[in-house]
Amino acid sequence: MTDTSQQYCTFYVDGVHFGIEVLQVQEVLRYQDMTQVPLAPSEIQGLINLRGQIVTAFDLRTRLAMPDREDGRRPMNVVIRAEDGAVSLLVDEIGDVIETRGDDFEPPPATLDEATRSLLQGVYKMDGRLLLILDCDKTLALIDDGSAVS
Amino acid sequence: MDEIVSEFLVESSEGLDQLDQDFVELEKNPGDKALLANIFRCIHTIKGTCGFLGFSKLESVTHVGENLLSRLRDGELSLTPEITSALLAMVDAVRSIMGHIEESEGEGDTDYGPLVERLSALTRGEAAPPAEAEAEDAQADNKPEADSKGDESSDPEAESQPAAPSPAAPAPEKSSEAGEERQSKSLSEGSIRVDVGLLDKLMNLVGELVLARNQVLQYTNTAADNGLNATTQRLNLITTELQESVMKTRMQPIGNVWSKFPRVVRDLSMSFGKKVEVEMEGKETELDKTIIEAIKDPLTHIVRNAVDHGMETPEAREAEGKPAQGTLHLRAFHEGGQVNIEISDDGRGVDAQKVLAKALQRGLVTQEQAARMTERSILNLIFFPGFSTAEKVTNVSGRGVGMDVVRSNIEKIGGTVDIQSQLGRGTTLRIKIPLTLAIVPALIVRTAGDRFALPQVNLLELVRLEGETARKGIEYVRGAPVHRLRGQLLPLVYLNRTLGLPDAPPRAEDEEEEINIVVLQADERVFGLVVDEILDTEEIVVKPLGKQLKTVDAFAGATIMGDGAVALILDVLGLSNRAGLAVVSRRVAEAEAEGMAAAGEEKQTMLLFQAGENRRVAIPLSDVARLEEFDAQIIERAGSTEVVQYRGHIMPLVRLSEVLGRHSLPQEGETLHVVVYKNGAGSVGLIVDKILDIVDEQIAVHRTRGRSGIVGSAVIQEKVTDVLDVKLAIDSSGIDLFEHPAKHTEELRA
Repeated sequence: MTDTSQQYCTFYVDGVHFGIEVLQVQEVLRYQDMTQVPLAPSEIQGLINLRGQIVTAFDLRTRLAMPDREDGRRPMNVVIRAEDGAVSLLVDEIGDVIETRGDDFEPPPATLDEATRSLLQGVYKMDGRLLLILDCDKTLALIDDGSAVS
Repeated sequence: MDEIVSEFLVESSEGLDQLDQDFVELEKNPGDKALLANIFRCIHTIKGTCGFLGFSKLESVTHVGENLLSRLRDGELSLTPEITSALLAMVDAVRSIMGHIEESEGEGDTDYGPLVERLSALTRGEAAPPAEAEAEDAQADNKPEADSKGDESSDPEAESQPAAPSPAAPAPEKSSEAGEERQSKSLSEGSIRVDVGLLDKLMNLVGELVLARNQVLQYTNTAADNGLNATTQRLNLITTELQESVMKTRMQPIGNVWSKFPRVVRDLSMSFGKKVEVEMEGKETELDKTIIEAIKDPLTHIVRNAVDHGMETPEAREAEGKPAQGTLHLRAFHEGGQVNIEISDDGRGVDAQKVLAKALQRGLVTQEQAARMTERSILNLIFFPGFSTAEKVTNVSGRGVGMDVVRSNIEKIGGTVDIQSQLGRGTTLRIKIPLTLAIVPALIVRTAGDRFALPQVNLLELVRLEGETARKGIEYVRGAPVHRLRGQLLPLVYLNRTLGLPDAPPRAEDEEEEINIVVLQADERVFGLVVDEILDTEEIVVKPLGKQLKTVDAFAGATIMGDGAVALILDVLGLSNRAGLAVVSRRVAEAEAEGMAAAGEEKQTMLLFQAGENRRVAIPLSDVARLEEFDAQIIERAGSTEVVQYRGHIMPLVRLSEVLGRHSLPQEGETLHVVVYKNGAGSVGLIVDKILDIVDEQIAVHRTRGRSGIVGSAVIQEKVTDVLDVKLAIDSSGIDLFEHPAKHTEELRA
C-alpha cells in the first residue's frame, strides 16, 4: 500500500483543511473579478474570465453549508478540470501540496455532518490534524431540482 | 475543371490511399471480412461515380475489379498473392487514369484490356492467363474506352500492364511510380480535410483575438503614441481579415442541403401521382456549417409539405388552367448579414378559411379573435403547436408535429419564418437566418450595475422616455405595467425584477427622469424590457455556460466584453417565459387592434393624401413603406403597366385617381408623389396627387360597398375622407403583388 502515495493540493475553508488530487487541479489563482449570475443556484458566485475562457466559480463555503466569508475577505480560486471545461472553487486560503501514504486513508467518519460527508472521498490522518479529501464530481454536481432559485 | 469531377478526384484519391494500406493489411489477414467490405465499397463508389461522369475506361477497370472483389467478399474465392497483385495493379491503373483526367480531362490512351482480362480470369477462378476467345466478351464491352483516338496500343512501355498474370511486382511498381509523380501536383493536395473540432477551436481562438484586439483598441484610444496607434490599426485590420477567413473555413454552400431535394421531391411526387419540377436559385449561397446542419430538417419538412399538401394532381392543375407539371422554386440569397431562403410552389395555396376553421376547432383562437384576424395572421396560425391542416394523415406529413417544430427549430438558431399564400396560386415560405452563430451582433444594456447582451435578432426598437413622459409613460393594468406605444399596449418586463436584482437607486432631485425600454420579440410575443441604461451595439462572441447553469433559462450564454469582464447573454424567450408573459400572439393582438380601429374605437395613424379633385384619401400608415418623389420622366412602360426602376427592382405604378375613377389634378411640374406600398413579395408605387398629412385620430369608418378598394369613409380633420384598403386597390388595378419580384422582372423583360 505504501506506493499508492498521492499528492494533494490543499486549501482551507472556514478553518478546515481540504485536499484535492493534484492532477485534477489546473491552476491556483488569487482573487478574480466575477460577474454574478442572477437566478443561479446560490453556490455559484459568478463567472470568471480565465484567459478568454468563461469559468463558473463555486463557493465552497456555500456548498459545504458553512457560514459566509467575513466581509472584505477575498476568496482564492482553485481551478479544476471538470468534464465540460474548467470550474473554479472559491476557498479561503491555499495550503501546501501534500504527499500522503495510502494506509493513512480512511472513509469519512460517520459523525461528520451530512453536507460535508456526502462530498468527501475520505480523510487522511496526518500529524496532529486531519486532511479532508473532496470528491470533485460530487462537489460540482448541484442538485438540479431545489437549488435553482425560481 | 468541372467541380464534380475535381471533387470526385479528391475523394477517390483519398480512398485509393486507404486502399493501398487495406490491401497490405488484407494479405496479412486474408479472412478479414470488414476490410474486404471496405475495399469493395471504395471501388464500388469509384465505379459508380465514374460511370455517372462518363469515364468509361475507368469504369471498365473498376467494374471487373469490383466483380473480383465481390466474389472474394462472398467467400467464393479466397485471396491469393496473385489476386492481390492483380487488384493492386487495378488500383494503380485507376490512379493513373485519374492522373490523366486531372491533367487533360481525358482518360489517356493506355490500353487496360490485358488488365481487365487478367482480373476477369481471376474472377472466373482461373489462375492461368486467360484464353483470347474468352477474354473477348469482356473486351467487347470495354471497347468504347478508347475515348478519343481509338488508338489502344500506344505508349506500351510506360503504362500498360503485363498481359501475363505475373505475380511479381515490377509492373505495378512501375506504374505506381508514375502514379506518384502525377499525385505530386494533384488536386487532392490543394485541399485537405480538417477536423471540425479543430476549426471550432480556431474559431474560438480568433474570437479571443478579437476581444484582445478590442481591449488594445480601448487603451490606444486614450494613448497619444503615434507608433502605437499605427500598429494597433494594423492589428485591427489583420484581425478582422483573419476573423473573416476563419469564418469562411466553416462556410458551406446551401446547395449541399438542397442537392437531396430533387430526389425527395421525385420520390414523393411519384408516390402521389404528381408532377413536380424543382428549380434552384442561389445554390452557392454560403452558411455556417452548424446552421446548415440545423436547417436541414426544417427545410426537408417544408419541401415535403409543399409537395404533399401544396401541389395538386396534374389533372387538377390542368383543370385550373395551370401546366400539369408543378414547380417548386428554392431560392437563397444574402441580405443585410442574413441569409434568406424562400421555398415557393405554384400549387393550390393555403385556404385561410380552412386554417381558421381548424384553429377554432382546436381552440387555438377564440371566435372573437378569429373575427378580427387578417389573412396574414390566419396563415401564420399554421405555425402554432398542435396545428395541421392535412385532412387525411399521409405517411409523409400531417401528423400534427409539423410547422410548429419547423418554426421552433428555425428560431432556435435565431431565424424567422413567414408564410404567404394565395389560394389557387401557390405558397411561399420565407426563412431568414443569421450567417453564423458564433459571433452575433448584440445590444449591450446595463441593469443594477451589470451589463447584459441582447441578441439583435430579437430586437425590434428602442424607446426612451424622458421627464414628463417618463413619469406618465408607464400605466398599470391591475398591477401589470404597460406602455402605450403608438396607441398599442406594450407589456413591460423589468429586467432587474425578473432577474431578482435590486431596483436602481432613486434619482437625485435635479436629475432628469428617464426610462429605457428595449422592445423585443420572442416567438409571437412582443414586450418591452425596462433596463437602467442602453449602452452600445457590439459584435459578441457567444460562449456556452457551464452545465450547472444550464437550468437558468434566462441566459443563452456569456461573452467577454472589451474590458475583459464577463457579461451574460439574455435569452429573450426564456426571459419572457420567466416573466410569465402570456402567449398572446402579436399578430392576433395586431389583428384585434385593426378590428377595433375598424369599429372606430381606437386611435390609428393614417396617411392623408389627395387623389383626384377634392378627394381626400387615407390609408393606415403601417401599410406605407416610404414616400417618394419621382421625376415624371423616369417612368417607363412594361406591357400595359407603368413602372419605375426602384432600388434594383422594377416597381409597378398605380395611378390611384384612375383606380378610384377620378380625374387627376393637373400636375404641378414634373414631380410625381408616390406612396410605396410593400408586402413581403414586392413593392407597388401608388401615384397620388398630393401628400396632405399624417394624423393620429380616432376614426369612425362608415362602411360603404362596391367601390374599388374603398373600405368606407370617415371624418378626418373635419373633412370627409375615403379610407382605402391598399391591397384591394392594387388588386383592382390588375397588378399581381403575389408574383415574386424576380419573376416579375423576368416576365416584364420577356
